[in-house]
Amino acid sequence: MQTALFIIFGLLAVLGALNLLFQRHPINSALSLIVVMMSLAVLYWSLGAEFLAAAQVIVYSGAIMVLFVFVIMLLNAGEEERTHGSQIAYIAGIPGAAAIFCLLTFVFLSEKKQLGTTQLGGYLTSAVSNITEISHTLFTSLLLPFEVTSILILVAILGAVVLARKEL
Amino acid sequence: MSHITPSFTTFLLLTIVKIVVVLVITLTAVAYTVLLERKVLGRMQNRWGPSRVGPFGLLQPLADGIKLFLKEDMMPLAVERPLFVLAPIIALSCALISISVVPFGAKTMVGGVDLFQIADLNIGLLVILGITSIGVYGIALSGWSSNNKYSLFGSLRASAQLVSYELALGLSLVGVVLRAQSLSLRDIVNSQSAHGMRSWNVFGGCQIIGFFIYLMAAYAETNRAPFDLPEAESELVAGYHTEYSSMKFAMFFMAEYANMITVACVATLLFFGGAGSPFGHLFDGFASTGFLHAVLPIFWFVAKILFFLLLYIWVRATLPRFRYDQLMSFGWKFLMPVAMLNILATALALAYHG
Repeated sequence: MQTALFIIFGLLAVLGALNLLFQRHPINSALSLIVVMMSLAVLYWSLGAEFLAAAQVIVYSGAIMVLFVFVIMLLNAGEEERTHGSQIAYIAGIPGAAAIFCLLTFVFLSEKKQLGTTQLGGYLTSAVSNITEISHTLFTSLLLPFEVTSILILVAILGAVVLARKEL
Repeated sequence: MSHITPSFTTFLLLTIVKIVVVLVITLTAVAYTVLLERKVLGRMQNRWGPSRVGPFGLLQPLADGIKLFLKEDMMPLAVERPLFVLAPIIALSCALISISVVPFGAKTMVGGVDLFQIADLNIGLLVILGITSIGVYGIALSGWSSNNKYSLFGSLRASAQLVSYELALGLSLVGVVLRAQSLSLRDIVNSQSAHGMRSWNVFGGCQIIGFFIYLMAAYAETNRAPFDLPEAESELVAGYHTEYSSMKFAMFFMAEYANMITVACVATLLFFGGAGSPFGHLFDGFASTGFLHAVLPIFWFVAKILFFLLLYIWVRATLPRFRYDQLMSFGWKFLMPVAMLNILATALALAYHG
């Protein structure tokens, strides 16, 4: 059952990502990205990270992608024109992507023991909430990085306001 | 009894039955909410409202439905066809999905399956918020794909308004979550069931500020008066659904009313004790077993929902529309900070009391 869920949404994520690349209209690409994010949320959920899944849906698909779609709608961006691209992209791109893929596979396979394993869908039926654990970690051992990140985001917001003011 | 794990077939069958029943009831409720709104609005404006079809106009929703079904489904030439069709589907399905985590009554297990709730998730509240935030796409895409400037304006207004008020809405609920220490809607309801009305979050829980923030943000989330800027007919023809006709328009219409019902459900569950009786366990001896024990909580739940729907209609009949910049500054400069202060105060009080 859970394996079926994993296969369906894993395939959906991959297909969405491919569709994102092949679509010519930016709004279709943005919508495919939303599909990818939603399927990722389902995968997180099936791995027992229900809070991460909800945050993924609310923050990424619900807030950030709405802004993307908003901007595309406001700019009224037309269909992209297909160019052949530079020669370098062809020469370096495919080997580069293959290299990254190989590297990641190597790391995951060699560090398999340290990373540990989790049971697919093992947590779906249980009533254990991992929100308590997440918040405990965030507010004790990871407090400093957490607070620094929030200040970083605040700085970014202020920067955006300053940049927007200059144009007025 | 709850430790019995049901066999897969029982679970599947009962769940499908539950889904069908809940969908039918919700859609009927949507149809009759429209009638209720037209009737009450009529009486508040000193006229009769629909009264011709059936006794007291009770068959009016049926007539409306038939009319919308039989209308010609116009497809304007310049629309972005796939998205134009997809948008009302997204709007309606998102509005209907979120009802699936709502507990309608007391926990009643039959064959290991809870009868009055489709899915008891441990992040039920976040699921509702997430699905609401996905629902924005229905409106945004409908306006853009219509290829009409009024539709685009309407949908831009709507999406900006929804994204802004979602923050205030989410923050206003944090106080309740802090008190219940859980995101499961069932747990939140149970945390308010001790002494009836006195332990409801809105009274005993001191979440009355959170409740009013939620109420105002919810009006904006459902695009209802006085925040119905996206479909301000004097400026924008009809807003994002200008180009829609027949069933596609009806889907937007149904989505709006289904969202109203969902929002009323959430308000009831989080602030008014859900399906709990306002008298607590005072009359438990009167209906401790059997049919009445299962049905009484549903009666309370429906009564509370009805109260919120009437409040909606009352507000629509009373208040004029906001100006758009007033709406935005109200959301960001007033509701947001007050919601933050509410969280702070609740957290401090909880930390003090332990």
